[in-house]
Amino acid sequence: MATEARLNLLAPGHRACPGCGAAIALRLILRPLGKETIVVSATGCVETFTSPYGQSAWDVPWMHSLFENSAAIATGVQAALEALGEQANLVVISGDGGTFDIGFGALSGMFERKDNITYICYDNEAYMNTGVQRSGSTPHAAVTTTTPSGSHSYGKLEYKKDMPAIAMAHDAEYVATTSIAYPQDLMRKVKKANEIYGPKYIQVHTPCCIGWGFDPSETIELGRLAVETCLVPIFEKEKGKPMVVKKIANKKPITDYLKKQNRFKHLFKEEERDAVIKELQQICDDNARRFGI
Amino acid sequence: MLTEGAVCEGGKSRLNKTGNWRTMRPEVADTCNGCGLCELFCPDSSIYLQEKRAVIDYDYCKGCGICARECPKGAIEMKEERK
Repeated sequence: MATEARLNLLAPGHRACPGCGAAIALRLILRPLGKETIVVSATGCVETFTSPYGQSAWDVPWMHSLFENSAAIATGVQAALEALGEQANLVVISGDGGTFDIGFGALSGMFERKDNITYICYDNEAYMNTGVQRSGSTPHAAVTTTTPSGSHSYGKLEYKKDMPAIAMAHDAEYVATTSIAYPQDLMRKVKKANEIYGPKYIQVHTPCCIGWGFDPSETIELGRLAVETCLVPIFEKEKGKPMVVKKIANKKPITDYLKKQNRFKHLFKEEERDAVIKELQQICDDNARRFGI
Repeated sequence: MLTEGAVCEGGKSRLNKTGNWRTMRPEVADTCNGCGLCELFCPDSSIYLQEKRAVIDYDYCKGCGICARECPKGAIEMKEERK
């Protein structure tokens, strides 16, 4: 493929950790959108590592205000574009903290108003930017700094919030999940969402080597394992059309995924934690049945 | 009129050469067929394709090793960085 076809709108020199999944997600999101794009970001890893003062890594117009209001800011940008009679692809790129927890109200409002915005959540399953605190997206039994394991706890007791289902309940035009381990799938879904008018939601699974505790070179491998174990179902749902699910021919046991990460290491130290592993396997089996993976 | 906040020029992160973060150095062998998978997966935008071959920009490569692990041909090798 020619160099021009491999459009790169995230400049090198940004301050992401080596092996950052979110940085990979950004590059893949921006490629199909092209130069005529306005990006709004919530506070989070992406905002921090791409925008030290005077050294922005964005080659497209980019805007940041607060943690909770990225969807509302995007609505304002859309209103401004309409007032000026101009056209641009408008996307929000926000982390799981800014989507599942803090920015949830503004996102719900965006869906309700039917604004023409593609909301993309890069889901690294905790507040990585501030030092790995649990979020609504952290999976069951994972250790974070606010959900430690010990004699009275085995990590996060709650379950991961089903954000795509909430987006579908808002009657969004297009809802999809994808992973950085499947770049063609990711780019196709972003391109498709961008061509649909109305509110769209895409959730990108992005492994984080620092927060999850694995070697930086394994970022893509972990993303792939999450999908192959059915813990992260990959699907797309266009309004009025049946859901399309990515099928997995050879499903892997959940232990393949858990053993590679320090955040699940405690589950393999004591025998009584076997029940927790079984429960996580049950979540995967339920996903496989529910989505027909 | 902008009352508060800051406006900066884009793409200026190029001033920050992150290559000195690196402890392991990826090196591309002749077996590379230029499929471009490493370019898709590089988080630091520091791989580009030239004449059907992956070329690594050592000014910015942080040496994470994703390219070496994901290369279907096994054409990228991580070697210790020596200066």
